[in-house]
Amino acid sequence: MKISLLIIVAVVMCLNVTAQVDSTLFKRTQQDTSKLLLNMDAVYNRPFLSVSKLPVAVGGYVEANWQHLGTDGVSEGHQFQMRRLTLFVASSISRRIKFLSELEFEDGTKEINIEFASVDFEFHPLLNFRGGIVMNPIGAFNQNHDGPKWEFIDRPISATQLLPATWSNVGFGLYGKLYKNNWVYAYETYLTNGFDDQIISNNENKTFLPASKLNKDRFEESFNGVPLLTAKVAIRNKRIGELGLSYMGGVYNKFQEDGLVLDEKRKHRTWAIDFNTVLLTGTYLTTEWTYTRVDVPSSYSQQYGDKQWGGFFDVVQPVFRKSILGFERSVVNAICRFEYVDWNLGKFLETGDNIHEDIVSVVPGISWRPNAQTVIRLNYRYNWQTDILGNPASKTAGFQFGFSSYF
Amino acid sequence: MNRKTIFAGLIILAACEEFQPKAPQAYELLDGPVSGLSEAENLQFLRGDVAFNDEVFTSANGLGPLFVATSCGSCHPGDGKGHPFTTLTRFGQTDENGNQYLNVGGPQLQHRAIPGFTPEVIPQNATLSRFTPPANTGLGFIDAVSDAEILAWADPDDNDGDGISGVPNWISLKQYVKERPNSVTQNGRYIGRFGKKAATYDLLQQTATAYNQDIGITSSFEPVDTHSGLVFDPEVSNQTINDVVFYLKALKAPEPRPESNSIEGKQLFTTIGCSKCHRPEMKTGNSSIAAIANKAFYPYSDFLLHDMGSSLDDGYTEGSAKTYEWRTPPLWGVGLSKKSQGGQYFLLHDGRARSIEEAILLHGGEGIQSRSNYEALTNEEKTKLIRFLESL
Repeated sequence: MKISLLIIVAVVMCLNVTAQVDSTLFKRTQQDTSKLLLNMDAVYNRPFLSVSKLPVAVGGYVEANWQHLGTDGVSEGHQFQMRRLTLFVASSISRRIKFLSELEFEDGTKEINIEFASVDFEFHPLLNFRGGIVMNPIGAFNQNHDGPKWEFIDRPISATQLLPATWSNVGFGLYGKLYKNNWVYAYETYLTNGFDDQIISNNENKTFLPASKLNKDRFEESFNGVPLLTAKVAIRNKRIGELGLSYMGGVYNKFQEDGLVLDEKRKHRTWAIDFNTVLLTGTYLTTEWTYTRVDVPSSYSQQYGDKQWGGFFDVVQPVFRKSILGFERSVVNAICRFEYVDWNLGKFLETGDNIHEDIVSVVPGISWRPNAQTVIRLNYRYNWQTDILGNPASKTAGFQFGFSSYF
Repeated sequence: MNRKTIFAGLIILAACEEFQPKAPQAYELLDGPVSGLSEAENLQFLRGDVAFNDEVFTSANGLGPLFVATSCGSCHPGDGKGHPFTTLTRFGQTDENGNQYLNVGGPQLQHRAIPGFTPEVIPQNATLSRFTPPANTGLGFIDAVSDAEILAWADPDDNDGDGISGVPNWISLKQYVKERPNSVTQNGRYIGRFGKKAATYDLLQQTATAYNQDIGITSSFEPVDTHSGLVFDPEVSNQTINDVVFYLKALKAPEPRPESNSIEGKQLFTTIGCSKCHRPEMKTGNSSIAAIANKAFYPYSDFLLHDMGSSLDDGYTEGSAKTYEWRTPPLWGVGLSKKSQGGQYFLLHDGRARSIEEAILLHGGEGIQSRSNYEALTNEEKTKLIRFLESL
């Protein structure tokens, strides 16, 4: 598997080398900006390079950073991190059959994931079929997660530590859109393989949906044979912004095996709401909030919560647009992210007091976009994380500096 | 602009620690090693720290199937006292003839279970007591005290007539436990010093039993699964157990905090008789850890059993302890309890006292005179005494 991936990487790198020799072989795929784009369009709303007349386009992005964080006076010192190298390959099999894939290397080669590899069959604007490895449309970030699109080095905590972004799985589904004047209405719905019991049995010692990402078998077989349903509706107005409502639910435990009953079916359900807009001041606002319920056995431990919620709110204010260091269309932004996640909503049976296990985070910073596809970011992060009992929060803070760029 | 940007960048790089949260004062924390460990000991301490505080057990690595908590750190956050969420329940009977319920899950109730299993319930007619997890700090000092040092304060027959006796809990040794040099025995039984009833001999027994009874993890020391009663392969290695034992031994003793009025409070503590059981100073003997050998330390405990009266008599016992007898709990670090108990106090053996004052007022038996003396203090004196206790 790894060898195949390395071959793919080598091929793409060779293409890049060729481009250095003769850049006229490459051309940028024009993006269609005439339509109202939604978060769910993010996988296609990327810069691609096509080679000569080949019906294949490639692309990707890379992000790396330095950080120096400390927790309650203890620091790991200077850390340089190669967070992601992501490669896209897209092709038009025919006019209305398309293939798109996304291959991601995280932290060097520590994690190698096929995040997206699907074939789209376009029957009608309102009815299209997608199959393969798809990104479940829960919230907005899971589908619209490319580093160069964000002004912050870290992904939102709620998106990665509460929701399991990037969460993708094997399955099939339908999607469609309706354009009307300044409005676009869209939906997506998929049946895929789902989660497993690691969400309430993991090293995080808390209910943790991302734990199921460790199950690589999910691309081959369902943990319990029950499909995971994910569905999203979104609406966008050119002037007002975009609102998305999404749901993801299924059964996470192995309730039977070889015909023998092991447990009752235990469900998990997640609802998410996302919104983004641009104010008259040119300020970009992006937010996503999610609520999850998990059927945790009553005889298990309250260490694993049955309710969770959290989200983030980003403010990005362009402060000037002018040439900087020869980059003529530079934009510098003042940015700030507010985050909150509570992994365990509820009260202790023993005392009736609130269960904590939560985090509050503020991330101010600045970003510089020398062009639309590249961002250089300086963030200052400050987290207050409270344990399950609500003891004094541990405080983590420090600077992060890095870049992310499509290539 | 460019120079300014570069200059600002250099400032951030050079001063990034200035923008990070400062470490709390050492006296505000219970965790951390005793000073003077060797480099090799520091390494073992770190291994034990990871096993104790970071290793989480799940069904994949042996949790349960019946359990109380999923990790060591769950019960002892920041190495401090635990919370009612992880309070243990022990069950047995009122006499000192050994636990009669070992074949039905005794002595400890595992009230939680992984999916598909049913937790234990208290057998009919069994008596029970709830034990709040204690703080871990300074355990190595207690472990290194000689039996003679403990017995020096025992007064089983109250020969000095002060109304306070103090007796050791005489317990049987587990097969895997190694007796201390110069151990004192009575009818083949040894002096226990850990646990609410002082029914545990040393930190190896404490650790191996906690893995087994609290988390449902078998080891070569405690190989019997708490659910099936069968001998299992070890689910935690000897190396890990030894590292955790070392970690517990090498945790520092709580450092006194600079509270106001503590000198007057200390005088009151002695005057009203608290120090007759809450012995301020002890001395360690020899220890395999040089940093804690032959050192004076200040636990505010005599590690003996005392009659605490009927209101604290739960009808449950361990070893030779009577149902109304409890080991004097060390008072060091009591002021930091709120930092590990979710901002509240849960004091006494089962957390029933919600303040230091309430804990004092629940003293009976041998503690009744001190309680009466406390009640006779003025409000100002009471405040000074409690501030002193919070400074320990």
